[in-house]
Amino acid sequence: MHDKTIAQLSRSLESGDFSSEELTTHLLGRVERLGPQLNAFVTVTGELALEQARAADQRRAAGDAGPLTGIPIVHKDLFCTKGVLTTCASRILDNFVSPYDATVVKNLREAGTVMLGKTNMDEFAMGSSNENSCFGPVKNPWDETRVPGGSSGGSAAAVAARLVPGATGTDTGGSIRQPAALSGITGLKPTYGRVSRYGMVAFASSLDQAGTLTRSAEDAAIMLGAMAGFDPKDSTSAEKDVPDYRATLDDSLDGLRIGVPREFFDDGLAPANKTAVEDAIRELEKLGAKISEIRLPNLGLSVPTYYVVAPAECSSNLSRFDGVRFGHRAEKYADLTDMYEKTRGEGFGAEVKRRIMTGTYVLSAGYYDAYYLKAQKVRQLIAADYAEAFKSVDLIAGPTTPTPAFELGAKTDDPITMYLNDIYTIGANLAGLPGLSVPCGLVDDLPVGLQIVGSHFGEARLLNAAHRFQQVTDWHTRAPEID
Amino acid sequence: MSLSRKEMNNIAHLARLEISEEEVAVFADNLSRIIDFVEQLSKASTDDVLPMAHPLDMAQRLRADEVTETDHHLEFQQNAANVEDGLYLVPKVLE
Repeated sequence: MHDKTIAQLSRSLESGDFSSEELTTHLLGRVERLGPQLNAFVTVTGELALEQARAADQRRAAGDAGPLTGIPIVHKDLFCTKGVLTTCASRILDNFVSPYDATVVKNLREAGTVMLGKTNMDEFAMGSSNENSCFGPVKNPWDETRVPGGSSGGSAAAVAARLVPGATGTDTGGSIRQPAALSGITGLKPTYGRVSRYGMVAFASSLDQAGTLTRSAEDAAIMLGAMAGFDPKDSTSAEKDVPDYRATLDDSLDGLRIGVPREFFDDGLAPANKTAVEDAIRELEKLGAKISEIRLPNLGLSVPTYYVVAPAECSSNLSRFDGVRFGHRAEKYADLTDMYEKTRGEGFGAEVKRRIMTGTYVLSAGYYDAYYLKAQKVRQLIAADYAEAFKSVDLIAGPTTPTPAFELGAKTDDPITMYLNDIYTIGANLAGLPGLSVPCGLVDDLPVGLQIVGSHFGEARLLNAAHRFQQVTDWHTRAPEID
Repeated sequence: MSLSRKEMNNIAHLARLEISEEEVAVFADNLSRIIDFVEQLSKASTDDVLPMAHPLDMAQRLRADEVTETDHHLEFQQNAANVEDGLYLVPKVLE
């Protein structure tokens, strides 16, 4: 049963092939057996899961089941879960038990999902390889000497290894789409404001967005439908109705205008990835889409823009970790300032410190205009490039990442090399656009992702194109040989 | 650009972050490279471009001035390192 998608499991539960309790027990067995090998989990909530599964079975028996009732999922460990550890894979939060649920967690719980646990990640979602976790790196189920991508690496590995059919993640510069591509699954980052950020530990508040990691676009549609919606508790939540994303999945792609940015096919793109992505775009053309070349002239500046804006927001957001109200506090200190400095020095890992320092520098007196204000202006130019492109196309397609999964430790010495991994994904975050990655090939037995980006609140069209693509290809059904 | 140890220590202090001697050297090298890398932003012509702080064109919402939350401080303080009589304890600030 672990090979089934959410949509398939939902039908099996409905027809009584097995109960949610049986399904949950089976998947918990896999989590126990394979979770440690991949280091995909921070916390496994077995007892709670079985309780929720039994409640879901009762709800179904009472005739009150929806498409997610009884479906096991996992949450990235930066969504607050009441009564369960929420660590952000950081020493500074390794004892934090949230007193409340994130809206995403609440919405999915109310839809009847069963939480199997919390997944490993790059500390505070800062990273592209899941090597920046205080609990150690996550391994890629396709090749355990390689990274699964990051920062939602534990969620991606758990879904790819068939430990769970769906997971939540967050995407600030590619943290859902990049691990989805490197792990061979479907990852959706919705429009900024589509899903509530309440209870999602903040990294860069103008870029962070919660989304899904699943094995099909159909499953992403099901999960997004339950997660999305206006939330008065998030001041940037969009006051927009949530469409029925499943209803339009099978719509024809006839005449759909897809733009392919020349800038995405630069020298940095590995030739085998290029071929796989070009083949995928041809499949979309065969389905009726009209393909044209577009330009995003300022896209080359997206990584440097991001590495000013994101650290600046991070240095401000992470000032709340001071050892007073929650989290780790140093044992010995001389005075208040010393307590702050020692607590934070002990609690944060190297990459988080690097970003706090970078952010503090670009916001400091004398540098603010040259770096932070300049980056905000370039961000405007990048967003304007996308807005211009969407005047003539409906969707934008290209690669998700420049290469397949790289080896553990290959890029840890040079932050810039690691940052350049997100060169194709960061633009959508800067402009607040929805994007998804779907599997579109294998290179030396490692998955490659096709990225599709839509206009603001255009998730339905994005999922429609991805679903139709998955009706005529089978890359998303390929599984790593891990058992 | 090459950032000095003194600049590193100053940034770390502004960020209330204790960093070791070895970290000072590593971060000085890392940050210098990151700043060099983001320096390419200066190539972009941004005259008359408004800074973008937020990806959506939305106005800040206001809520009605009504009491909606109840007191949970005892529950919240279970996560604190040191509390007494419902108060968070920190080292002495005023003599």
